[in-house]
Amino acid sequence: MNKLIRFIPLILVLALGVVLYRGLSLNPQEMPSALVGKPIPSFSLPTLNNAERIVSTDDLIGDVVLLNVWATWCPTCKYEHPYLVDIAKKQELKLYGLNYKDERNAAQEWLTHYEDPYEFSIFDEVGTLGLDLGVYGAPETFVIDHHGIIRKRFAGAIDTRVWRTEFEPLIAQIMTERKQGK
Amino acid sequence: MDKLIFLVSKFVLILTIVLATSFVDVHASPVDTYEFKDEVTKIRFQALSKELRCPKCQNQNLADSNSPIAADLRRELYELLQQGKADIEIVDFMVNRYGEFVLYRPKVSELTYVLWFGPAVLVLLGIVVVILIVRRKPAKKEELALTSEQQDKLKQLLKDK
Repeated sequence: MNKLIRFIPLILVLALGVVLYRGLSLNPQEMPSALVGKPIPSFSLPTLNNAERIVSTDDLIGDVVLLNVWATWCPTCKYEHPYLVDIAKKQELKLYGLNYKDERNAAQEWLTHYEDPYEFSIFDEVGTLGLDLGVYGAPETFVIDHHGIIRKRFAGAIDTRVWRTEFEPLIAQIMTERKQGK
Repeated sequence: MDKLIFLVSKFVLILTIVLATSFVDVHASPVDTYEFKDEVTKIRFQALSKELRCPKCQNQNLADSNSPIAADLRRELYELLQQGKADIEIVDFMVNRYGEFVLYRPKVSELTYVLWFGPAVLVLLGIVVVILIVRRKPAKKEELALTSEQQDKLKQLLKDK
């Protein structure tokens, strides 16, 4: 018994080592969104391409939706863009954009230049909807189910790997829920 | 003599410059120009912007951060204060959007038990260990003393030397 006690400090140090080592591989930017499981916050904003057209929460509800927060000042959005174009082409779900704190002209130019994957982009010049969504940067992508409930928030760029691991399983799950009439 | 005075005055000058520059605050905090209706609101604004964490730059509070999102949140904070919202309402507003993470002092919940009570538990554990060690009875003198056999052996060994 006494001999065992001698090893306690060693065991404690090893345990601490394991905990700290694990901590090294954690990503501190990866934070759970406070909005998962809640409905999309209500908003009423113009679209990017047509300042006269006002869209609201109702325009996003009904389908399985991907809401992508983007801006021309965001270099990662450029990286992500071709993958979004691919996703839009598959037509499995509705892809909407949230043009976040951007200039209208620059953003319109971007979409003509790089192809426009979005059904429409909400033009959020001051970032009010962004704030209500808890957005703190771009790109960010929200998965919204057919009831308008936010199911996931992903901060960072989407590419093939991220899409396969982070999004596909959840979207498949929502699709089956939808088929079952839930 | 003149040369000495010259050297001394030069030294003093350099010292003054070094000291003066070292007192300049290199820590640049963002400056907003908000006008408050009264002193209390101003103090509440300052307190809240120190209590709330910037979601983007994780080790800075809203008051310290230069990032655009922190500026947005400061503006929002200001507007909420102008609307006459209570501190608790403002904190809830932020938590509803950015999660518990924005609080430097997170609420006590299952997730934060370790955070809140861990240190106290460790201190208690330490106290218990110290008490155990202190209370352990020291060995009696008779037990420590050598037996006659050991005494003989010791003498033998010393002789051999």
